[in-house]
Amino acid sequence: MKITCNGETKEITPDTTLMSFIRDMDLNPDTVVAECDGRIIKRDEYDTLLLSEGNLLELIRFVGGG
Amino acid sequence: MFTIPSFAHLTDQINSCTDEDIKRSLSAPHLSTQDLAALLSPAADKHLEAMAERSAEITARRFGRTTQIYAPLYVSSFCINRCSYCGFSAGNKIERRILSLDEAEAEAMILHQRGFNHTLLVSGEAPAKLGVDYLEKLALRLRERFASISIEVQPLSTEEYARLFTAGVTSVAIYQETYDRDIYDRVHLAGQKCDYDFRLETPARAAAGAMREVGIGALLGLADWRAEGLSLGMHLAWLRKNFWRTALTVSFPRLRPAAGEFQPLCEVTERDLSHLIFALRIFDPDVGIILSTREEARYRNGMLGLGPTRYSAGSCTAPGGYSDPDTAGEQFSIGDHRSIDEVCTAIRQKGFDPVRKDWDAAFQL
Amino acid sequence: MLKIAEKTFRSRLFLGTGKFDSAETLKKAIEASGSEMITVALRRVDLNDPADDIMNVLDRTKYLFLPNTSGARDAAEAVRLARLARAAGSGDWLKLEVTPDPRTLLPDPIETLKATEELVKDGFIVLPYINADPILALRLQDAGAAAVMPLGAPIGTNLGLITKFQVEIIIDQARVPVVVDAGLGAPSDAALAMEIGADAVLVNTAISIAGDPVKMAAAFALAVEAGRAAYEAGLGKKSSEASASSPLTGLDFIKD
Repeated sequence: MKITCNGETKEITPDTTLMSFIRDMDLNPDTVVAECDGRIIKRDEYDTLLLSEGNLLELIRFVGGG
Repeated sequence: MFTIPSFAHLTDQINSCTDEDIKRSLSAPHLSTQDLAALLSPAADKHLEAMAERSAEITARRFGRTTQIYAPLYVSSFCINRCSYCGFSAGNKIERRILSLDEAEAEAMILHQRGFNHTLLVSGEAPAKLGVDYLEKLALRLRERFASISIEVQPLSTEEYARLFTAGVTSVAIYQETYDRDIYDRVHLAGQKCDYDFRLETPARAAAGAMREVGIGALLGLADWRAEGLSLGMHLAWLRKNFWRTALTVSFPRLRPAAGEFQPLCEVTERDLSHLIFALRIFDPDVGIILSTREEARYRNGMLGLGPTRYSAGSCTAPGGYSDPDTAGEQFSIGDHRSIDEVCTAIRQKGFDPVRKDWDAAFQL
Repeated sequence: MLKIAEKTFRSRLFLGTGKFDSAETLKKAIEASGSEMITVALRRVDLNDPADDIMNVLDRTKYLFLPNTSGARDAAEAVRLARLARAAGSGDWLKLEVTPDPRTLLPDPIETLKATEELVKDGFIVLPYINADPILALRLQDAGAAAVMPLGAPIGTNLGLITKFQVEIIIDQARVPVVVDAGLGAPSDAALAMEIGADAVLVNTAISIAGDPVKMAAAFALAVEAGRAAYEAGLGKKSSEASASSPLTGLDFIKD
């Protein structure tokens, strides 16, 4: 199954939750914000949200800035 | 809410200023109310010439070499208040009159023909006889003939001011008379005017009601003029901060002989009045300063260019007095009896431009 | 003590966290500055470098996070970034930055006002970054901004307080705290901003690209304290006798 994450195409299995996807990317779910198909996902939803074919996922975090 | 310290506190603040404070305040680019206190202090009396010069310089830079001309239009002498100092006080036995709308319009046409484009509608405070309906109707009649219409009537609500603004009134004058609470209570004996706080909040209500300009003032001869000056400065600063879109003017009418024969509680000389004007000009470069026909021609001529920016002319303070010069029942007796043409000539002779029209009804929505 | 919205701050120096050579330097600079509020930006995670996480060095218990909306070119983008920031757990505080011109990074006044109105309605505590435009500052305060942040000079230029005259007007008219943000290149610039009455300053580039950022952060902290103390002490105004450049006005007409 293909989704787009931060502009890149990613291959995932059909029963992947957002949480497991984030962990698979070696990211800390506590410091990552997720937007899926334009909707901001609440942290407590990461475990339950199942990704589906063609999802546009944006993973965003804080960086240094003025 | 605007609040003011006690007069005792203000007087202390004023009297504690030194010569050094005054010199610094005279040349400071931005003045605080503490600077204004210094300029109003007795120690500043001997710096009057320097203050006049600074005041003239600031006035020229901000207003150019111009003086705006207007005339008051008294529409009613009925009043439910008892103010010891005023000819219209409810206790005085004078001829009272309220002009009908047609009569008021006729008076206004005389002013219009004489060349006035700015008028100030004045009335005693008697809401049952003269309320917002009357003012609204009169404004609608006059707005095509006058560049701007101001009112000096009883305090109104924000909604009422907004209504009058739509009808063509663009400016509201409302004077606290005195900012000293004790003296205020002493001279206001009955009527709605006894409510010091309600009156104090009126300029804010007028500004909130979208009035383009609000005029505040104090009647000189009641409380100490220096503390009144500081109070006015604080009031101006507060209004500027909270209603930044509203233009402001200030006026310091000196008590004149009137029915009821009230004697001023303190003496305010021409020198004191000049001092007050210069101090406020230096403190607030943008405020319009009104000098009315209460003052004599000689004095008004001399003050041109030194701080004041707006002069009334050919004034009559009795309702119906323009149509019939023998009308009795004036609010106070005038000091400068010159006609508009004479005043304008004097202004031009001093090298200034008398402005009979500054704005236009067409700009008004 | 400085109060913005419901929060009080002992330090009047806020720090930007961009352009530092390393997370370690950033951490030490924040400590040296004594700052209680730091800005951060929001960017896509670099999927090829997942461990690069600034949150590893930033301690949310020690200072307030002020996410900015840098990158937003209009109000809609700024609002989206604001909501993402809030979802990231940064609370309601927001530095609103709408900069459509990537060369100058100057803020768009119209989009900034639009975004402020929408974000205030949505419960954000908005600190808008603006050019030193006094009328815009008043409009933003009317719209509910918790502070205004006029620039001293464009971001990254280190030109100092070239907007001094307008900033003085903003300070004179303000009903909310004024934080001078951007362009302050040296501690003396920060001191000057504080001397003229600014409530706080925000500094980033001047510290992050200094030879020794940690030392520079400490220097800025001292400058901000000095400037504020000078302001509170009441600077002696330049006094000069009124010079008779024009003929004396002549007050002989006064009768008494």
